[in-house]
Amino acid sequence: MQVLLFGRLRDVAGWRERSFDPSATHISALKALIGADDAALAAALEAPGVRVSVDRMLVKGDAALHPKAEVAFLPPMSGG
Amino acid sequence: MIRLVAEPFEPGAELTRFCAGRAETGAVASFVGIARGEAGQATALELEAYPGFTEAEIGRFVGEAVRRFGLQDAQVIHRHGPIAPGETIVLVMTAAAHRREAFEACDYLMDYLKSRAPFWKKEHGPDGARWVEPTARDLADISRWD
Repeated sequence: MQVLLFGRLRDVAGWRERSFDPSATHISALKALIGADDAALAAALEAPGVRVSVDRMLVKGDAALHPKAEVAFLPPMSGG
Repeated sequence: MIRLVAEPFEPGAELTRFCAGRAETGAVASFVGIARGEAGQATALELEAYPGFTEAEIGRFVGEAVRRFGLQDAQVIHRHGPIAPGETIVLVMTAAAHRREAFEACDYLMDYLKSRAPFWKKEHGPDGARWVEPTARDLADISRWD
C-alpha cells in the first residue's frame, strides 16, 4: 500500500511517498511498520492533531485498510 | 468550482469570466489574497496540498456556503507550491441575487480557507524555513460563524 506524508511529517521522515507491505490490515499495524526503523517518525505520527485519510477520505480511530489503500498522514492543517 | 493551480494566475481575467452571462445574478463578491513579503522576512511561501483530497475538502465547504447563503454559484481558485511575495494566493468569487449574501459567503469562505483548509504552509525567510499554523485571529475569525 502507498503511504503519503505531509507538512512537518515529511521533514521528519525525509520522504514524501513510499510503498509498504500490503499485509497491514489496520492503521495501527501500518504505523508500526512505518515507525519500525525511525523512532522520530513513529513519535511524530502520534503527535496531537495528526489525522489520517484512507483513499482520500478522513478516517477516525484504528480504521481498516485494504492492500491497495492510499494512506496519508496529515499534520494540523494550516489553511491557505 | 474549485481549482488548485501551481502557476501564477490573473484574478481580473477570472472575475470577468465568472461575471459573464449573469443576467439574473445581481451581485458578485470577490476576494483576492496576496502573499505578503513581511519587509524581507518572508522570501517565499510554500503551500503544500494533497491533490484530490484538498479540492474535495474545500468543495464540501463551498457546497455548505452555497446552501447556507443561498448562492447561485461560487468558485475558489487556490495556488499551491512555491509562491513569491506579491503573487495572488487565492481568489474567492460568490454570486447571489443580492449583495449581502454574496459578501457574507465570500467572508465565510475566506475564514474557512485561512483556518481549516487542507494546506500545509512553510515560510522561507532569511533565517531558514518554518511551518506556519493558523493564528489565534484566524481561529477567532472562523468561530464567528458557529
